[in-house]
Amino acid sequence: MSFNLLIFVALLYAALLFVVAFIADQRAKLGRARWLGSPAIYTLSLSIYCTAWTFYGAVGNAARNGLEFVTIYLGPTLVMVGWWWFLRKLVWVGRAQRVTSIADLISSRFGKSTPLGVLVTVIAIIAATPYIALQLQSVVQSLAVFADSSGEAWGNSDLNRAALWVSIGLALFTILFGTRNLDANEKHHGIVTAIALEAIVKLCALVAVGVFVVWGMTGGVRDTLALIDASPISEWEQSGGRWAGLIFVSAAAFVCLPRMFQVMVVENEQESHLATASWAFPLYLLAMSLFVLPIAVVGLEVMPEGSNPDLFVLTLPLSASQEGLAVFSFLGGFSSATSMVIVATIALATMVSNHIVVPIWLSSQREGALMSGDVRSVVIGARRFSIVAVLVLGYLYFRTSGGGSALAAIGLVSFTGAIQVLPAIIGALFWRGATRVGASAGLTVGLAIWAWTLFLPSFGPNAIITESVMASGPFGIEWLRPQALFGIGGQDPLLHAVFWSMSLNALIFVIGSVFSFPTPLERLQGAQFVNVFENTGGARNWTPSAAASEDLLIMSQRLLGATEAQKVFQQAAEKQGKTGYLPDVTPEFIQQLERELAGSVGAATAHAMIGQLLPGASISVEDLMAVADEAAQIMEYSSRLEAKSREQERTARQLRQANEKLTALSVQKDAFLSQISHELRTPMTSIRAFSEILQDENADDAQRIRYAGIIHNETMRLTRLLDDLLDLSFLENGQVVLNKRRISLRKLLNQAISSAGINADGAGLKINRTPQDEDVSLTTDPDRLSQVFINLISNAAKYCGADAPELSSIVRNLGADLQIDFVDNGEGISVENQTMIFEKFSRLTDHRKAGGAGLGLAICREIMQRLDGSVSYLPGQGGAAFRVTVPLSDPE
Amino acid sequence: MADKKAPIFLARKSYQRRRLRDASRVLPIAGGIAFMIPLMWHGDDVTERGTSDAMMFVFGVWIVLVLLAALLVRPTREEDEGPTGGEKEQDVL
Amino acid sequence: MAKRVLVIEDEPNIIEAISFILSRDGWTVHTHSDGETANMRIKATPPDVIILDVMLPGKSGYDILRDLRADQDVSGIPVLMLTARGQTRDRELAEELGATKFMSKPFSNAEVLENVRGLAG
Repeated sequence: MSFNLLIFVALLYAALLFVVAFIADQRAKLGRARWLGSPAIYTLSLSIYCTAWTFYGAVGNAARNGLEFVTIYLGPTLVMVGWWWFLRKLVWVGRAQRVTSIADLISSRFGKSTPLGVLVTVIAIIAATPYIALQLQSVVQSLAVFADSSGEAWGNSDLNRAALWVSIGLALFTILFGTRNLDANEKHHGIVTAIALEAIVKLCALVAVGVFVVWGMTGGVRDTLALIDASPISEWEQSGGRWAGLIFVSAAAFVCLPRMFQVMVVENEQESHLATASWAFPLYLLAMSLFVLPIAVVGLEVMPEGSNPDLFVLTLPLSASQEGLAVFSFLGGFSSATSMVIVATIALATMVSNHIVVPIWLSSQREGALMSGDVRSVVIGARRFSIVAVLVLGYLYFRTSGGGSALAAIGLVSFTGAIQVLPAIIGALFWRGATRVGASAGLTVGLAIWAWTLFLPSFGPNAIITESVMASGPFGIEWLRPQALFGIGGQDPLLHAVFWSMSLNALIFVIGSVFSFPTPLERLQGAQFVNVFENTGGARNWTPSAAASEDLLIMSQRLLGATEAQKVFQQAAEKQGKTGYLPDVTPEFIQQLERELAGSVGAATAHAMIGQLLPGASISVEDLMAVADEAAQIMEYSSRLEAKSREQERTARQLRQANEKLTALSVQKDAFLSQISHELRTPMTSIRAFSEILQDENADDAQRIRYAGIIHNETMRLTRLLDDLLDLSFLENGQVVLNKRRISLRKLLNQAISSAGINADGAGLKINRTPQDEDVSLTTDPDRLSQVFINLISNAAKYCGADAPELSSIVRNLGADLQIDFVDNGEGISVENQTMIFEKFSRLTDHRKAGGAGLGLAICREIMQRLDGSVSYLPGQGGAAFRVTVPLSDPE
Repeated sequence: MADKKAPIFLARKSYQRRRLRDASRVLPIAGGIAFMIPLMWHGDDVTERGTSDAMMFVFGVWIVLVLLAALLVRPTREEDEGPTGGEKEQDVL
Repeated sequence: MAKRVLVIEDEPNIIEAISFILSRDGWTVHTHSDGETANMRIKATPPDVIILDVMLPGKSGYDILRDLRADQDVSGIPVLMLTARGQTRDRELAEELGATKFMSKPFSNAEVLENVRGLAG
């Protein structure tokens, strides 16, 4: 089989993954892929635990140490089976707090602390980089096997080149599907689906090789067992310490690895998926490991002395001339490596961008949270940059380490690094007394011990730590020998590192927590994490302050996107019983908003950004009361009462609003009559005066013609006024007959713009349109809708006030409705006037300039109501902005 | 898990459910202990019990754990909603 | 020398009509259409009679009148108040603030002439 064919197959497979991911993303976007959110996909996505280390390395491990390899799977099995203890709570907290990564979880729990997030991110990167390098190595090594079998011997430069191309491909895939949008929930349907597919491929590949080995190369189950008993690993002399220790390490790593946290917590859709995975995933692991021992034993038997047991999965089928099977097996290994790298990269990139890049960028912005421009593009850019940076790190590690040592060794070193966050996570979820000081101290100590006793020595003798230091400690201090801390030597180096790093980490964490005093925010978060099942209402993080809702809206739009942010604000306003886009700034609203933002940039950054807008915000005594145990209990009992009083508060708010409106209406009624009187008398004054002048016949001909013209114009003005009044009264009483027909939006806008007297050459008001979006037809009354457009456009022309007035029309197709925003670049309308402008005769400036009686927007509102749509003022857009929403089809 | 007669006391259902939840909490502990059993095979009869026996034992415990976990999942999940509200299943007890 | 009358009003057609009627009668007519600067204009070149509209952009006729009466230099100038609303409340308010005469729109030309002549004494 030619090597080029293998490359072709691999590329074809990669292309398939791209297509699958793309289709899944598209379907998820349209919201019609129920299977995407199925427990099966969730379970399969967890299989990124089984990396190339598992696929190739488990067999190698089995060939060296016998059954010990299985411990790596037993740990996760116990964690999954015991989901009711730990994972369930983790997932609940993850959802309730909208956690984006493991660093975010810890930072959020310990007072939304940025330094702590940075620390966890650093640990994750140090631990994951060798692991990513390991995956690259396994892919290029397996390629080298094929190159070798087709007669090309690969040198170092070939390996490096292949690793580079694989890294570039992975970066491309991850950027393409991992940073598509700054999804509020950080869900990546495309990637998860591709990974599920890869999970199936790797399982089938390993099982296929296993079946071939057991029934094709050996005589069946009985013979295989006999072969195991006859092999060099037949003797059962397992060290109990390593057996139990490895089960512990793998169990801990299963929950602490950033990539596992990503698929297990962040991508989780509902608890029932976890429940299914609690038995389905152990089953998957069982199937993955069932044939490992047979393959290892047969490999030891059949393959020549000195061949690499890590590659038996490939070399066995090749040696039996089963090239198809070997290629399938290669794809299995390829799947294992790529899926791990993709998810690990996403998880790390999220951490790096949310906890390092964005905070730095934010603090470099002098304007603070109200900066101009779209922050989303910055965050996405930061994430893309981080993805490339993580992969570059992995590639560099691969280059410098030279890919020498056995696969499994790096894997365990990496695992031990990652589990340093375990005490902090357990403390975060189960112990309200855990504090930031304790967590930081524990993490730092754990990280240091791990680096000193395991990570640095793993580079090999004399690479970083000299042999003399290994033998007699730094500066001759025997107590600090890397593999015999406190003078207790003679242990397995891995167990030694796990024992000392975990126990001292946990000890310092507890001591630090006991002897430090948490900040109020830490205590609040602690209560919310530990009591996640009881806490539904949530504690209060902010006291109300004068921060304008509009400022928050402006900031949120830049993070969440305009549509999403407006939806959040509108829903919040509706919940408070208000209409429009600006809810009252209540503590509940702030907390909800903070979580929405946390879903995009992490809790610490979201908290800081809102903090910039609410400078007076602080935690009140009342809030602190909620932290205390007694208060929490009382709150629990009175939760029903509270719900009732919330209801009353809401009703009261509605009543207050209705009352305000009624009072305003009665004032308006008086004003309305007086306005009509004024509007009628003014033109009549001119008419009377000039007709008397004409009667007196003292004027010359030119004057007479001019005065007759004035009389004519003023009567027209009167007629217009009466028409408007009648129109409005008809609309208000529902006596209007609509002539609905199908018409294209573009045509409607063209008509409206020319009727509003806007020149195509852009003199006066310049209109920016989005022609590609206007290509849509709707069923409506064209004359009436056009009347609304004309009104809004000519209003912009009259009142914009900018030196170079511009009006942008933005069209959005919402499926059932069409949304057309008209945004000008003028000064906009002040908040107190925003509710007034749709009332009759509500002209904000002098009326000569307006040329109308101030009925235009009132008529627009009535028309849109008749058309089953709406027109509203959209705050926070820079200039004055009006949003017209109209159904695409006739509802009747 | 199906009751033949209509339950007289509604509390019985939830009582049973709670005990099953307890059982599912015990499961990982029992599993962990079971996985340690082969460690005690050291000593006199090393030749009797080899790696293949340990493998059979471990995989045996493993499959039992999977089955028990699958059995316990459904009944324990009744009345619980996921953090998103989740879907509610029909009562199968 | 012809007597000077200042018309403070923002409707161009009404200004034109009043100007025509009064200039035909021999008056020098000045016009001003912005409320905010009206008091400055009066102080700069005090007229013999002022015709003042109530609804003005920037500052209402009532406010102008109040400020005028408070300013000793110009407080004596007679003011003819114009309003389009024509309610008794408006008339009372105008008189209270010191309007010399009050006229509601629409008015007859003869009425304007008669009032202005009367005010100029």
